Amino acid sequence: MMKTTCPAYRPLALAILAAAALAAVPLIGPRAVVQDLFGILCLLVLALNWNMLAGFAGLVSVGQQAFVGIGAYTMFAAVILFGLDPLAGVLLGGLVAMALAVPVACFVFRLNGAYFAIGTWVAAEIARLGLGQWKALGGGTGTSLPKGTTRDMLGVGPVKEWLGVSSAAASDIVLYWLALGLVLATLGVSWAFLRSRTGLGLQAIRDNAMAARSVGIDPVRLKALVFLLAAFGTGLCGGLLFIQITRITPDAAFSLLDWTAFVLFVVVIGGIGTLPGPIVGVVVFYALERLLSDYGSAYLIVLGLFGIAVMLFARRGLWGSLSGRTGLELLPLGHRAPAAAIRP
Amino acid sequence: MALLSLQSVSKSFGALKVTDDVSFDLQPGEALGIIGPNGAGKSTLFNLITGNLRPDSGQILLDGRDVSADSVMARCAAGIGRSFQIPQPFGHLSVYENLLVAARFGGGLAAAEAPEFCMDILRRTGLAGAADNPAGGLPLLSRKRLELARAMATRPRVLLLDEIAGGLTDAECVELVATIRAIHAEGTAIVWIEHVLHALNSVVGRLIVLNFGRLLMVGDVRTVMNSAEVREIYLGAEV
Repeated sequence: MMKTTCPAYRPLALAILAAAALAAVPLIGPRAVVQDLFGILCLLVLALNWNMLAGFAGLVSVGQQAFVGIGAYTMFAAVILFGLDPLAGVLLGGLVAMALAVPVACFVFRLNGAYFAIGTWVAAEIARLGLGQWKALGGGTGTSLPKGTTRDMLGVGPVKEWLGVSSAAASDIVLYWLALGLVLATLGVSWAFLRSRTGLGLQAIRDNAMAARSVGIDPVRLKALVFLLAAFGTGLCGGLLFIQITRITPDAAFSLLDWTAFVLFVVVIGGIGTLPGPIVGVVVFYALERLLSDYGSAYLIVLGLFGIAVMLFARRGLWGSLSGRTGLELLPLGHRAPAAAIRP
Repeated sequence: MALLSLQSVSKSFGALKVTDDVSFDLQPGEALGIIGPNGAGKSTLFNLITGNLRPDSGQILLDGRDVSADSVMARCAAGIGRSFQIPQPFGHLSVYENLLVAARFGGGLAAAEAPEFCMDILRRTGLAGAADNPAGGLPLLSRKRLELARAMATRPRVLLLDEIAGGLTDAECVELVATIRAIHAEGTAIVWIEHVLHALNSVVGRLIVLNFGRLLMVGDVRTVMNSAEVREIYLGAEV
């Protein structure tokens, strides 16, 4: 099968154009749209991270809400207990999530396949129940960010002055831009990572773990690396999300539905194991959500049916099927043989 | 000092003793053949040498160092390369990428050196024209060549070949044997399990005969092939 790869600059130009358009949204769009898109961009960050885990490292985790929750609680602790800027709290959230991913990995990496999935879920439940005991952050009933936290957040003042909007609107805009930045960074890092030696090793493991070991690739080491990086990205995203939500409870911060099930849906319908897949998935998810938002819980039923339909009829997801049928490749991960050398 | 040395290596699966007190030495640059009827424990022996299996007792030495407790990856890095009996390509990667990943990991080559190194191997194994093709769609001969090429890309000092000539036509076999002989001529030691005896015997100097996990005989090709015992057990079981 021939593969047509776009010249390298074309997807790049496309990506820059799309990023610029998204970055301009707060300048022209109403605040509700900015808030909506913030949620969607965060969902995309979670999806990109989960795709690295499940799609490239074969680690089907259903416990990523653990790292969203840990990131969110760390951010709250940084603000409430230590009086730090919430954005510093976000960074700490990512780091703490990555640090806690080490003991979690020691536990779940002893398990395989479905048992691994269950293990990650158990780890997330332990984190939820554990943080529910943290009285300083409201225990089981949770707590809110102190009034004025987002108003004083780094970057809100200048944005307020520049665009002439209220403090609340300015903080939404700052969060939105940060979420967009996080999407672009995650995408860029994922692409560079997958094109690197480590990424090539990861793809070899995915194809044949036994053969990979026999050419010197250590599957546990590479998978653990992806697990830690995904925990970092997911933790950052958790912190960011809960600045906008402003209120935290263990159930909301460690929600399986919000931070893993929807994410899983996005990746699977978009195309697991492809970089553009989660982007396509999140667009479809957003469209469905808008179309069906008036129908209450029927929305979840339609979403589920759509997911099942994709799994049955387009098993590689929408992007995967399109790419397979047309040979189109954005963000190609392949390494081409040196051209001059092929000629005898 | 022997490059690779097995000392009283034994392995059982339950009550079945698949490797029973096997010892032999492989000198640097030597080519050694392993023959024996199906189920004699030949592939198990390879799995013990590469570290896919751990021996119940005995030692495996590489350059005189005991590697019995080392992982498959560590042994690959130490210089043990292996081709599988049933080809195990990285199916979604291209032929070139199959070698690239082996050269970067097991071969320990830097990003700048690896591409030319891989292309050189691909040219020598007749795969250069298929470099950018997905490895999953290759025909049998190419898959066998890829097994050999990928093992070469890990820069082995001892190359373990598991029935690499099996299932090929005579013409294909001749080509492959020529490649293997060239690799051997450059100083890479080879241990080769093979049923296609004319291919094997045109490369190796010594033969080991395994039967029911036991080392039945070691010797130069002519002596082993002329032994009545080997003819009875090995050829009798095969014909």
